[in-house]
Amino acid sequence: MIWKIITFLLLTFVSIAGITFPIVENPTAWYQFPIIPGLEEKAKIIFFHVPTAWITVVAFLMSTVYSVKYLRKKNLEDDIKSYAAAQLGIIFCLLATVTGAVWAKFNWGTYWNWDPRQTSIFALLLIYGAWFALRSSIESEEKRASLSAVYSIIAFVTVPFFVFIMPRIMTGLHPGSANDTNAGPVINFKMDPHMRLVFFLSLAGFSMLYYWMWQLGYKSMIIKDKLNQKYY
Amino acid sequence: MKAFALFKKDFKSEMRTRYAVNALAMFIVVTISVIFFSIGQERINESLTAGLFWVVIFFSAMSGLSRAFVSEEERGTNLTLQLIAGPSTVFTGKLLFNLILVFAMNIVIVVLYSLIFDAFVIKNMVLFVTSFILGNVGLAVSSTIIAAIISKAGAKGTLYPVLSFPILLPLILTSVQLTIFSIDGTKFEEAIVELMIVLSYDVIMIAVSYMLFDFIWKD
Repeated sequence: MIWKIITFLLLTFVSIAGITFPIVENPTAWYQFPIIPGLEEKAKIIFFHVPTAWITVVAFLMSTVYSVKYLRKKNLEDDIKSYAAAQLGIIFCLLATVTGAVWAKFNWGTYWNWDPRQTSIFALLLIYGAWFALRSSIESEEKRASLSAVYSIIAFVTVPFFVFIMPRIMTGLHPGSANDTNAGPVINFKMDPHMRLVFFLSLAGFSMLYYWMWQLGYKSMIIKDKLNQKYY
Repeated sequence: MKAFALFKKDFKSEMRTRYAVNALAMFIVVTISVIFFSIGQERINESLTAGLFWVVIFFSAMSGLSRAFVSEEERGTNLTLQLIAGPSTVFTGKLLFNLILVFAMNIVIVVLYSLIFDAFVIKNMVLFVTSFILGNVGLAVSSTIIAAIISKAGAKGTLYPVLSFPILLPLILTSVQLTIFSIDGTKFEEAIVELMIVLSYDVIMIAVSYMLFDFIWKD
């Protein structure tokens, strides 16, 4: 119970701090952030966008871990857990894509320019979409569980290509867009300690929120299954 | 060699119906002519040629390669197959068949492509052949394992490209890059990183497919 209260307090603090803390030239107090040239107020996206992207990957990882568990033990509850994780994952994936695209409009000039990170989040969206399409096409529960588990493992092994290798390749494909992101503020930017504090608090708050939502999600699905079995 | 016997059986039944071969051939003709009509008399540059080349390969592969497992499921012969051979043997047989199909299809595409498009002139042949072989192996492995998955699911035809695309995306993006390199005449040594990526993709996909095929195949 106590960690739920902490999550609430953390997220309240992060939402207030992330939006209202002023960005000044020479920060003196702990609640002031320094100016980053070229980003200014737009730097604040980091408190909300990066945690959603982080949750996207964590949810995908958890979904895969529970898929492996299902294939080993054939326990349908593991499949439900994997499904609940993926459901949250696609929501956070959409949030990360949309917030990133809006930010890109103001910082890079277009909503979408196939920068490596955008490509990888797009691939994740496609994988999630395909996974749900596969699940909805199979009726038998056991079959659905094992086939979607297999697919999520196959999809998961391709993710390193998107996350670690794609940035290298995309420079060749899209020279204009790749150059300004690789040399730009996103990678070289060293975070100020005040910002880092809020950022990590936000990361922790989002992770706890995700865990809470995931628990609620899979528990309610298990209860729903049990209720259905009673009537048949 | 049971896997080879399985391959021979698939090959024979394919020769009788020619379903996959016909579908593939027509798809190649249709996609290439659509591209041809939309371009008209314009001369397109190398990177666009390479991209369109892989568009043709992807969509042709999606039309014919799912037959390997779907046909077993439709004829109801998968239970017999389960009795006479182990899962990995079945997978090897099907993979061999799809490999032959992919190579035949892509060789036809390359020939047609170089006849039709002026910009498609390969300057570095060694690089092109290497990347072509590696890319085809990856395409065959991924499409075989996805074909196994969808043969057990409903809505087989529409689901196949949807499921395959995210899995094939790293392979396609890298192969497009390699094709651009070989049209540009980049040296073999400079493209070694991209070749390594395709090679590692192949190895990972083969390993994962053999590990997971048991779970798909057993009902």
